[in-house]
Amino acid sequence: MNRLAPVAAQGHAPVMAPSSGGLRGALSDLFWRRPRFLLVLMLAPPLLWLGIVYIGSLFALLLQSFFSIDEFSGLINRQFTLKTYGDLLQAANVDIIVRTVVMAALVTLASAIIAFPIAYYAARYARGRWKALFYLAVMLPLWSSYLVKVYAWKLILAKEGILTWLLGKLHLGWLLDAWLALPYVGGSSLSVSATGTFIAFVYVWLPFMILPIQAALERVPANLVEASSDLGASPGQTFRNILLPLALPGVVAGSIFTFSLTLGDYIIPQIIGTSRLFIGMAVYAQQGTAGNIPLAAAFTVVPIVIMGFYLWGAKRLGAFDAL
Amino acid sequence: MTSAVSFTRVSRYFGAVRAVDAVDLDIAPGEFFAMLGPSGSGKTTCLRLIAGFEQPSSGSISIFGERAEGVPPYRRNVNTVFQDYALFPHLNVLDNVAYGLMVKGVGRAERYRAAEEALALVRLPGYGTRRPGELSGGQRQRVALARALVNRPRVLLLDEPLGALDLKLREEMQEELKALQKALAITFVFVTHDQGEALSMADRVAVFNEGRIMQVGTPQEIYQRPATRFVADFVGSSNILPPDFVYRWSGQKRWGSLRPEAIRVNRSVNQEGVRARLVSTNYLGAMIRLALDADGLRLHATVPAGVVLPAEGELVTLTFNRENLHLMEEGA
Repeated sequence: MNRLAPVAAQGHAPVMAPSSGGLRGALSDLFWRRPRFLLVLMLAPPLLWLGIVYIGSLFALLLQSFFSIDEFSGLINRQFTLKTYGDLLQAANVDIIVRTVVMAALVTLASAIIAFPIAYYAARYARGRWKALFYLAVMLPLWSSYLVKVYAWKLILAKEGILTWLLGKLHLGWLLDAWLALPYVGGSSLSVSATGTFIAFVYVWLPFMILPIQAALERVPANLVEASSDLGASPGQTFRNILLPLALPGVVAGSIFTFSLTLGDYIIPQIIGTSRLFIGMAVYAQQGTAGNIPLAAAFTVVPIVIMGFYLWGAKRLGAFDAL
Repeated sequence: MTSAVSFTRVSRYFGAVRAVDAVDLDIAPGEFFAMLGPSGSGKTTCLRLIAGFEQPSSGSISIFGERAEGVPPYRRNVNTVFQDYALFPHLNVLDNVAYGLMVKGVGRAERYRAAEEALALVRLPGYGTRRPGELSGGQRQRVALARALVNRPRVLLLDEPLGALDLKLREEMQEELKALQKALAITFVFVTHDQGEALSMADRVAVFNEGRIMQVGTPQEIYQRPATRFVADFVGSSNILPPDFVYRWSGQKRWGSLRPEAIRVNRSVNQEGVRARLVSTNYLGAMIRLALDADGLRLHATVPAGVVLPAEGELVTLTFNRENLHLMEEGA
């Protein structure tokens, strides 16, 4: 039969096709008529996972922080008390918290400054093959083992490592020595200094900053930049008034990653850096060797509270207005 | 007198593509100038060359006598109304309009006062606190216009300014833009692919095709005396007549054009004229458009609605006044 013949010549085909029959046909029709039903069906497993396994265990952990440990028997006393939080506020523990927060803030700031130009290039200029190369370059470090990367950095930063050697060749060894002589950031070599910890953190978390900023910049129409320039704004003014405010949700998203990942990490400062503790290491030590689960739980509350304040502050500053 | 905008053999290449190809152009101060052409004809690139978003590959551009090459957009006293308005989504309407003054360092009170005035000019007073996302297309268009005009530009560029509006709004904005241009006496240069818009608004029109200007003239000249087949075809629903046909009526072997309204349709077949068969009719409201077949040549004629029409397939005679047959510059 000629499919393009006038309709009348084709006889009378039925208007509605019959249901394909069986359970599958009935289900297809049901899902079409009640799309919410399908939605609930699809969302139920992940919501159950999130609600019970994830939030539930987190809640159990928080609950532990209100218990205390019997210092003689080492047994957990399951009675509501704020004693553990009192322990948390001892000078040595506050030191750990301040050290971790300062490190996380510096790592976040440095990541944002390094990531922005890279993300800007990728969002504005990279096309086709260059864009693929960008994604590959940003993601590639994420494919290799975290431990391998950290140990690689330990070697790079070591006294006999390539960085010291390179700076020596460039006759800049004195600069490194001067830096390492400084209090707080220094040490006997980069691999056992806070500077080394900082470098490793920035390297490991940088992709988590680049990708959200790139996604945010990609959503900024190019003609907004042109419009700003057209209205007399210099490139610097356009960056401050248009690009930065519109990319801010991406920067905040990225900083949530870098900030919270640094707050919780216990491996990098253990391998690279001074032997001073970070929050993650304190949690590890308290729940493991010391067997003090309540204090470990109280330590984990700290990053959660800090992130809560951080998000609240970011919202107050209007970081999410352009979403 | 210095031209508002002057192009001297300006070309702009993108790789091997000649987006603009050796264009010469002079736009007079205070003129309402239209650049008309199909997409990809180079008209928007010309606009971007004036704005400074593009630099010419060769040739020179001057704006009010001053050389424009190498001058960045932010140092040109030229403002653009973008096709999709390009309003800043994170700023409210007042801050959008005041943006140009803000970056120039004008104080808050003064720039808000100027922005309010500009909003009143485009008939949106009191809309300052809204976000662009809360406005309709027509209102965004007006905000974009106010944002450009508040800077008192020497030349205002409009890129398909009415393209996204529906018919009624578009007609309203056409009148308003024209009145605004007269009142402010600013040179307006606007790009459009809509020949009706170009003809009804502009003092002069440049018709673009493949990076070149085909013809520059007043709307009357462009419409009634198209220089080439392309212009006749693009600017109106003109009948384009091949050289053989034109030769019979004018004695010259050149391409010609004949407006549909210049053709009279007679139902008698016994008089002198062009014999044609009616193929179909198209109701346009005030007029009816007839498609005719004259021995293989497709012609269109428009007649006032209400006259008695021949039936489809009927043989008719077409007549027209010789002076309405326009001979184009293009030879056979």
